Amino acid sequence: MSASDPDRGSAVSDALHDPTTSDSRGAQGYPGTDGARDLPLETYVLSVNGRELPVDDAWVGESLLYVLRERLGQPGSKNACEQGECGSCSVLMDGAVVASCCVLAADAVGSAITTVEGLTGEGELSDVQRAFIDQGAVQCGFCIPGMIVALTDLLDRSPAASELEMREAISGNLCRCTGYGRIFAAFRQVQQERAHARA
Amino acid sequence: MSVIARPSSLQDAFDALDAHPDAHLLAGGTDFMVEVNFGHRRPPAVVAIRRVPQLQGYEIRPDEVDIGAAVTWTTIERELAGELPALAAAARTVGSPQMRNAATIGGNVATASPAGDGLPVLLAAGATLVLASRQGERTVPFAEFVTGVKRTILQPGEIITRVRVPRLAGPQEFLKVGTRNAMVISICCAALLVDRVGRTVRIGLGSVAPTPVRAPEAEAYIAAEIDWDALSAPAGSVARFGELVRDGVRPITDHRGTAAYRSRAVQVIATRALERSLA
Repeated sequence: MSASDPDRGSAVSDALHDPTTSDSRGAQGYPGTDGARDLPLETYVLSVNGRELPVDDAWVGESLLYVLRERLGQPGSKNACEQGECGSCSVLMDGAVVASCCVLAADAVGSAITTVEGLTGEGELSDVQRAFIDQGAVQCGFCIPGMIVALTDLLDRSPAASELEMREAISGNLCRCTGYGRIFAAFRQVQQERAHARA
Repeated sequence: MSVIARPSSLQDAFDALDAHPDAHLLAGGTDFMVEVNFGHRRPPAVVAIRRVPQLQGYEIRPDEVDIGAAVTWTTIERELAGELPALAAAARTVGSPQMRNAATIGGNVATASPAGDGLPVLLAAGATLVLASRQGERTVPFAEFVTGVKRTILQPGEIITRVRVPRLAGPQEFLKVGTRNAMVISICCAALLVDRVGRTVRIGLGSVAPTPVRAPEAEAYIAAEIDWDALSAPAGSVARFGELVRDGVRPITDHRGTAAYRSRAVQVIATRALERSLA
């Protein structure tokens, strides 16, 4: 993907989000910039997937999701509802799964942030990701990074989680394609694989 | 100060508020960020207080639990169910796990939404709040804190540091009505706490008034009807309690539900909560 690629999300959104422009709404529904000339800017460093990444001259109101996707080149966390309803932006913050759209990026300083990109090494699949493929748990795929993060968190925290705990763990992750059945199957596959590995 | 302060002490927080009196006090951010994301709010500055030690942790005392304002709903749900059953039950209904990992009890109180899930519990339990400012601390009953829809008596320069919730001996219930079992903003909710020592029943109601409210007539009625040694009451009295709760509130119609639906629903959940609490 080149910088001139018209579909390059960050270039498009950066232009719309540029505090010196007066566009009222970002291309993907990001915060409006009406009267944005006076928006207070902030420079800070975030710890993402084990790396210290500088964020320069960002509007102080930007969400962690926006900063991850549009400033730090981590588009795995998806942007949909921007109000904590859908879970597609789920990331781990100091080991707890949170909706990154509802975290102020400038307040995430000092916290260890893990996105779906950071669950495994480059080009590798985690057992959870592999299980989603094995079980055909992915259709359109938009919700899947959030599902993977939320279920990875549960499997690490509570390896023997019950059916109810699993459903509760993704009660804030909406999927409109799969009907969830194959996602549940993927979860159970990982549980069995990990139990077998421990035995 | 830059436009965001991340104080690690109360003094630093007061300094930051002095430097930016119009700054937004930020805890978990789950309400605030939605308003920012949708362009309804543009903070000129932010004082993010989650790192302040005085706002963290909880202490279980014989008569109350002293909860830091920055304690998340996840912590309350997982760690305080034994001491504060209704508050833990309310915690389990706040948003999603993602929300509960970030959202704090202090933020719930300060936001003072009519639909704030923790608020009816705090009201029924007779919780008190510790508010700190450069001038010192004051302790106020939660019942006096919320004055209207998202309006409170919190003064400029003041920070909620602790939420103190009395421990009551007796059954507790929290029931909430919404469109599904998870991720729901309440259409109405009720916290019912039985105090076997004081021989009172306290009910806090949410989303049926501009602020969380109690139902004093219903409470007084049922306290006189209960056989306190057996902790039981005649079925007719339980039903009457639900009617009195319903008659004690004047809910409004909004995009989540009609006034008529809320009246009926609050009667049902008040009755059910009492049924579940009695032998």
